[in-house]
Amino acid sequence: MSSTNRPLSPHLQVYKPQLTSMMSILHRFTGMLLALGLVVFTYWLYRIVTDANIANQITTFFASGLGTVLLFAWIFTFNYHLCNGIRHLFWDAGKGFEIPTVYKSGVVVIVMAVLLTAIIFFMGRLA
Amino acid sequence: MAEFKLPKNSRINKGKHHKANGGSNLTTFKVYRWSPDDGENPRTDTYEVDLDSCGPMVLDALIKIKDEMDSTLTFRRSCREGICGSCAMNINGTNTLACTSSIKQFKGKEIAIYPLPHMEVIKDLVPDLTHFYAQYASIKPWMQTDSVPLPDKERLQSIEDREKLDGLYECILCACCQTSCPSYWWNGDRYLGPAVLLQSYRWLADSRDEYTGERLEELEDPFKLYRCHTIMNCANTCPKGLNPGKAIGEIKKMITQRHAL
Repeated sequence: MSSTNRPLSPHLQVYKPQLTSMMSILHRFTGMLLALGLVVFTYWLYRIVTDANIANQITTFFASGLGTVLLFAWIFTFNYHLCNGIRHLFWDAGKGFEIPTVYKSGVVVIVMAVLLTAIIFFMGRLA
Repeated sequence: MAEFKLPKNSRINKGKHHKANGGSNLTTFKVYRWSPDDGENPRTDTYEVDLDSCGPMVLDALIKIKDEMDSTLTFRRSCREGICGSCAMNINGTNTLACTSSIKQFKGKEIAIYPLPHMEVIKDLVPDLTHFYAQYASIKPWMQTDSVPLPDKERLQSIEDREKLDGLYECILCACCQTSCPSYWWNGDRYLGPAVLLQSYRWLADSRDEYTGERLEELEDPFKLYRCHTIMNCANTCPKGLNPGKAIGEIKKMITQRHAL
């Protein structure tokens, strides 16, 4: 911005992580992961109709140890982005901007995301 | 664009340690230092301050350091009662006013003091606020009217209309919220930022102002307004307890409603 040798003051390096900013960056991050996951998901579906062998390999992978961890993370990613997205809709309607409310709704989103993830994950195991 | 790391000339080195001249109730202050004169990178100096001979606020400690230990320490201050906004800085990780921030709240632990984040530093704790003031001027922070004839006394407001300005007019433009906003860090050249948008809403909400439409048109821009992603660091850090995030939400609502009509 300037031609002088003035330094830029530290920002991320010194600013205290807090629920507000951390949940926001996690929303952005989960959004990107979901976009990536959609590519994997589409490929999986495509293989189910074109090549059952490869589709089965993918299914087997997601049943393996590493696959299970990834699948769990994927389900959480989806649920977090969904719940926090609903929180954003409330803000878009002009509601819930007071700081105590922001913290309460933040905790609700995290709890709901974890709960939904657990429910979906274990229902999948039972089936 | 988001640059997460500090540029080379901005990386912070370890600085000098200044021991207290006696005293038993010591607290260490780690303070960001940079001088335009020596061509060196910024550093953090540490100062031991005896709280028994120091006022209660962080600003008192800074004044004591400048007075008794190191006269080269540079910072802005004026009113020492939270109304001028001069001593805005980053204290232990959040932006606030040094004059209304008590030393006690940190319970004797080291207190780290940096200039307002992601700003060009003029010297030590003094950031360059030129761009911030220019952005403030760009939203035309004054009453605009067309009605003729001009009234020959002040324009009256109902009690209800006047109440709409509460939580907006109290802003002292200290830039704490502005420089707490990650979105402003990455896009501060084009995003107006929480403080300026709060002030913009202060005029949008004023029943006497007649330029609401023009003001909204001016703001309807992917960068000026919509770089706000409701992170809410702004309201979390405001030393006056105001809520810029809410004001920005109201502006977005006004624009949506305007299009719906």
